[in-house]
Amino acid sequence: MITGTKREKAPRIISRAVTTPMIRIGGWSLSVYALLFYLFLYGPIIILIVYSFNDSRFPTQWAGFSLRWYERLFNNRAMGAALRNSLIVTTSSTLISTVIGTMISVAMERYRFKGKTPLDAMLFLPIIIPDIAMAIMLVAFFGLAHMRLGFVTIIISHVAFNISFVAIVVRARLAAIDPRLEEAAADLYANEWQAFWRITFPLLLPGILGGALLAFTLSLDDYVITFFTSGPGSTTLPLRIYGMVKTGITPEVNAISSLMLLASLGLVVLSLWLQGKGE
Amino acid sequence: MPQPAVQLINVTKQFGQVVAVDNISLDIEDGEFFSLLGPSGCGKTTTLRMIAGLEVTTMGQILIHGKPMHQTPSFKRPVNTVFQNYALFPHMTIEKNVAFGLEMRGVPKEEIGAQVREALEMVQLPQMAKRRPRQLSGGQQQRIALARALVNRPEVLLLDEPLGALDLKLRKAMQLELKALQSQVGITFVYVTHDQEEALTMSDRIAVMDQGLILQVGAPREIYERPSCRFVADFIGETNFMDGRVTGVDGSNVTVEVDGEVAILATSETPVSVGQEVTVAIRPEKFVLGGVGRVRGRIREVIYIGTDWRYIIQLTSRSEVVARQQNLDPVHSASLRPGEEIGLSWEPYQAMVLTE
Repeated sequence: MITGTKREKAPRIISRAVTTPMIRIGGWSLSVYALLFYLFLYGPIIILIVYSFNDSRFPTQWAGFSLRWYERLFNNRAMGAALRNSLIVTTSSTLISTVIGTMISVAMERYRFKGKTPLDAMLFLPIIIPDIAMAIMLVAFFGLAHMRLGFVTIIISHVAFNISFVAIVVRARLAAIDPRLEEAAADLYANEWQAFWRITFPLLLPGILGGALLAFTLSLDDYVITFFTSGPGSTTLPLRIYGMVKTGITPEVNAISSLMLLASLGLVVLSLWLQGKGE
Repeated sequence: MPQPAVQLINVTKQFGQVVAVDNISLDIEDGEFFSLLGPSGCGKTTTLRMIAGLEVTTMGQILIHGKPMHQTPSFKRPVNTVFQNYALFPHMTIEKNVAFGLEMRGVPKEEIGAQVREALEMVQLPQMAKRRPRQLSGGQQQRIALARALVNRPEVLLLDEPLGALDLKLRKAMQLELKALQSQVGITFVYVTHDQEEALTMSDRIAVMDQGLILQVGAPREIYERPSCRFVADFIGETNFMDGRVTGVDGSNVTVEVDGEVAILATSETPVSVGQEVTVAIRPEKFVLGGVGRVRGRIREVIYIGTDWRYIIQLTSRSEVVARQQNLDPVHSASLRPGEEIGLSWEPYQAMVLTE
């Protein structure tokens, strides 16, 4: 009781945001800095999109709104073929790497086996290794294996770098799933196969789809590794675009770039949404 | 003699160098409510998990109704578990959760529906069938976990601190409910808890564990009234411990001199000899205060806790004891004040001589 009355009489601690001129200047400069930073980051993208609608051949002048470059793009046969090639490569490599990546994650997260630690560390090598080094390694490997460069080699290469990304995303999801759920399934007469398909897999699905979409995006955008491992007739979209740029930048390139940007962005957003779902 | 529901024979579990369960043997009778009680890390959960088949025994044998379980994986054992945090499948409805075990065993679809409904009615939550686990409160999830296990009519139900996450009031209510449910279904319950009161309330028998060993197995009354060692006496309820030396032995009646100042009349279950160093344990509520008493002490502190009064009494220059008196007569109790000298009495059989 005594402490109660004492506490009431004690001086109240006044907390109020203290603003000095220095802090106000600091606040302003932070806003300006942030604005410049985002301008630097997104300015070129905005210009790219805007000029894809420019009714002029030259990027230096604005001649009014037009969809002619998009129209030309859709009538461009070579571009259509490149898009088809890209879809073949991307879809196959995504499917393969998602299955393998998921299996690796389950093995690494749920089982103990000999040599797990070094394998675990090596799994992330393809993420940190420079693309160019990986490309040269793969070409050397295909040469040794006497493989003709083409779709198969591109797909194998894409699978090689995608597995790690899929594994990271799936594993993060798997780590969040209570292993006791699998034990509960085993306790309720489910063998390991049934426990995986009835319990683990449905809970893991958002992570698997997220990983797959990430793999799809990375595969769709890849230039360096694809350039080294492709052969005649297997030109993908990024390779085709680079070829166009070499003969001079036309707004057609702006148009296809804008579309690819949109597709990648959409996939990334979808991937993040799926990963966040159900958490 | 009927076969025990669960039999552990010299069971040991090692995790690397750590011995979690150290060569324990135990018979759990059919239809009994058996508790494994001990502090965290004592090996009680590991023991339960070995019975469930979720851990492999390092050594020893586990038998369920006489059948060795060594080669039987968890999904083939005739036991079901209620997990600590329920482990309900979050992506399934309550109905699907409860049906899971039946489906896995290949029970015909038309029977599953009826059995699930019956199980949900047993835990009084039939209206929750279509909900998801996260839409239920902790207490409700707990009941569903129980229904999900019991619907399979296991030979033994294993419960791993199932009430640990509930608040006190709900926990007390669930204790009684669980006990009632157990006698209703007649299934052997093996219950893991670190809460001594919970174990005393519900169990037919209790095994007290510490550091991978079973220290004592017995009915709640045995464990409380006749603890086998200092750890059990200390872990179950409150106890005064007085270290002293045996000065007289007359059958099971033993006189122990504490601090060379007072002689305590006590009972020993095991033979002791004069001169031996022992510990005498007396529960606070066993003291009778007032009168001449067997010994005299000085009241140091008086604490009022509603149902009881607690007195801290200086017995010798170095030892003090806690005495607890039921709050029957507030006027009398309040008349005992710090500083007063008072007589303490007890029945000699209430003072236990512990040699370990």
